[in-house]
Amino acid sequence: MAHSSRAPSATSPRQHQRERLLWLYRAMLRMRMAEEKVAELYPQQEMRCPVHLHVGQEAVSAGVCANLTPEDRIFGSHRSHGPYLAFGGNLGAFFAELYGKAAGCCRGRGGSMHLLDRPAGYWGSSAIVGGTIPIAVGTALEAVYHRKNSVSVVFFGDGAADEGILYESLSYAGLKKLPVLFVCENNQYATNSHQRARQALDNISERGPVFGVPGVRVDGNSVLAVYEVARESVRRARMSGGPTLLECDTYRWKGHVGPVGDIPMGYRTQQELDGWVARCPLRQFEQMVFAEGVLKQSDLDGVKQGLAREIDEAVAFAKASPFPDPAEMTA
Amino acid sequence: MPTMNLLQAVNVGLREAMRSDDRVVLLGEDIGRRGGVFGATEGLSKEFGAERVIDTPLTECGIVGSAIGMALYGLRPIPEIQFLDFIYPAFDQIVSEMAKYRYRSGGQYTCPMVLRAPAGGGIKGGHYHSQSSEAYFAHTPGLVVLMPATPFDAKGLLASAIQGEDPVIFLEPKRLYRAAKGEVPEERYTVPIGKARVAREGKNVTLVAWGAMVPVCEEAAGQAAEKGIDCEVIDLRSIVPLDAETILASVAKTGRAVIVHEAPKTGGFGAEISALIAEKAIEYLEAPIARVAGFDTPFPYTLEHIYMPDTRRVGKAIEGVINF
Ligand SMILES: Cc1ncc(C[n+]2csc(CCOP(=O)(O)OP(=O)(O)O)c2C)c(N)n1
Ligand SMILES: [Mg+2]
Repeated sequence: MAHSSRAPSATSPRQHQRERLLWLYRAMLRMRMAEEKVAELYPQQEMRCPVHLHVGQEAVSAGVCANLTPEDRIFGSHRSHGPYLAFGGNLGAFFAELYGKAAGCCRGRGGSMHLLDRPAGYWGSSAIVGGTIPIAVGTALEAVYHRKNSVSVVFFGDGAADEGILYESLSYAGLKKLPVLFVCENNQYATNSHQRARQALDNISERGPVFGVPGVRVDGNSVLAVYEVARESVRRARMSGGPTLLECDTYRWKGHVGPVGDIPMGYRTQQELDGWVARCPLRQFEQMVFAEGVLKQSDLDGVKQGLAREIDEAVAFAKASPFPDPAEMTA
Repeated sequence: MPTMNLLQAVNVGLREAMRSDDRVVLLGEDIGRRGGVFGATEGLSKEFGAERVIDTPLTECGIVGSAIGMALYGLRPIPEIQFLDFIYPAFDQIVSEMAKYRYRSGGQYTCPMVLRAPAGGGIKGGHYHSQSSEAYFAHTPGLVVLMPATPFDAKGLLASAIQGEDPVIFLEPKRLYRAAKGEVPEERYTVPIGKARVAREGKNVTLVAWGAMVPVCEEAAGQAAEKGIDCEVIDLRSIVPLDAETILASVAKTGRAVIVHEAPKTGGFGAEISALIAEKAIEYLEAPIARVAGFDTPFPYTLEHIYMPDTRRVGKAIEGVINF
């Protein structure tokens, strides 16, 4: 019988290969640095689309995607950058999409909330809360039909757990034992409303088992903890063991939308934010790998410098790219 | 008389209704403490409390469905859908239940509720923060569909909608929330449902529009006037019921019609108006009816300014019907 559980704390980073650790760090840092660049450039008013930043939540996308292959199918939400950036979505196409340029991953048609990138396995994000959840289930049906070994992963927020479509999708995937990983990034808020103002119980992971879908709750700011539970779920899904609902506790640092903080709006406190900033997924990772002596400062500096260069080039590329030709609108 | 924008007029209209009628209850996502993402319900939670300004979970289907239940037993719920684009999870409740209650109960029940939603493009929101789907609702018998273009009409139509017995889809053109300003009486008044507003009188061409396309047509009419073309601008305000009389009288006078809307052209409400004119006033026409609309594609991010009708495109259509 499916049950729900709390994931154990991560094992020691010594249990992991150096390449894996560097991959996880690089994925998180790529998200952080690219999004901080978005925040820095946004006031120039050249990116005109609303942006929902993942800053503070990097460990979830990174930890889950580290288990995937390009044959897997990844879906996201309006807060769509994380899986794209973590799993190697092209940075030039990312910035170009935000600038609305023809070279964008969606040819400038969508902007930040609607990234799709086939080569990166990012089958789609949508600004409709919950909109991609049943689609992930469908891609899993296709995988089973064609006897493929692919797994479908869908990222969504605690707010999407208000919507009925999540439960219909869990029910369907549980019934058919489909290779789906439902990943809830529980950052406690939907826009300005706390989870407790929207849901009677703080128990999203426990809602899987009633549909035959095991649920696991994990520290979503510990990239190794996320990586390890996701590894188990993905392995099970690949062996026809069915879906898993993963609830990752994390926290968004910026406002719901836009490049800056929103503490003055008054719906959450500076202390609450400070507490989570102190648990920064990147800083925690750094401290841990240094303490365990598995990576050195110079290893991480190398990653950082490489990314800084990559991001600068991507921004220059995006800025220099042309806008889409009006004639292509109906193409 | 105070001057205010369209958003403030909605806010004032809601407050007035809540003060005068304790059956009026609001519900929606982040409408309470936050006052809605645009601020339409700002201050109302403070004045009327959480029992009458209900913050709901993210459940569009549940918001509309529960409002129907409240309406059937004597409340006057005013649910808000944060953006019209998010209404589709509730579509079933709207078209299958809300629209049909009065008819299928033989009038035993009415469903007096006003479903508010910001609509239309103009904020670079891309696919899901920009659409104009009035035609889906106009195609569903049992619904009233309104879309004001001025602060005066926003408050007056809202008052009519709340006092009526039938469910109303109340579309608020988000592009005009702050851009449309005007005088709004402090006292309560109503604007009749089913009556169009002649925003500008003219003899040569009839322009028919609603929502954010009304000021675009007014501006295009101003530019046409400089070339000696005298345009009449009709602001529908009420899409259903439609004021056929005003449209037909205008076309009988001008002999030329240009219909302007943001929604895709195919199956857009402009097609219905075009058919009406063709059926009832074809003998007056000096030129084929012209439609200026969005394109038959999803709403694009970057090319929003190409997608949405502007004065240039409306001006071209005006010249087209004049020079036919
Ligand atoms: C169907 C639908 N309803 C409402 C919205 C408006 N909206 C956009 S994001 C959001 C909050 C989502 O919260 P959550 O799922 O927790 O994701 P987070 O923003 O915290 O990442 C809301 C209400 C929407 N986009 N789609
Ligand atoms: Mg959330």
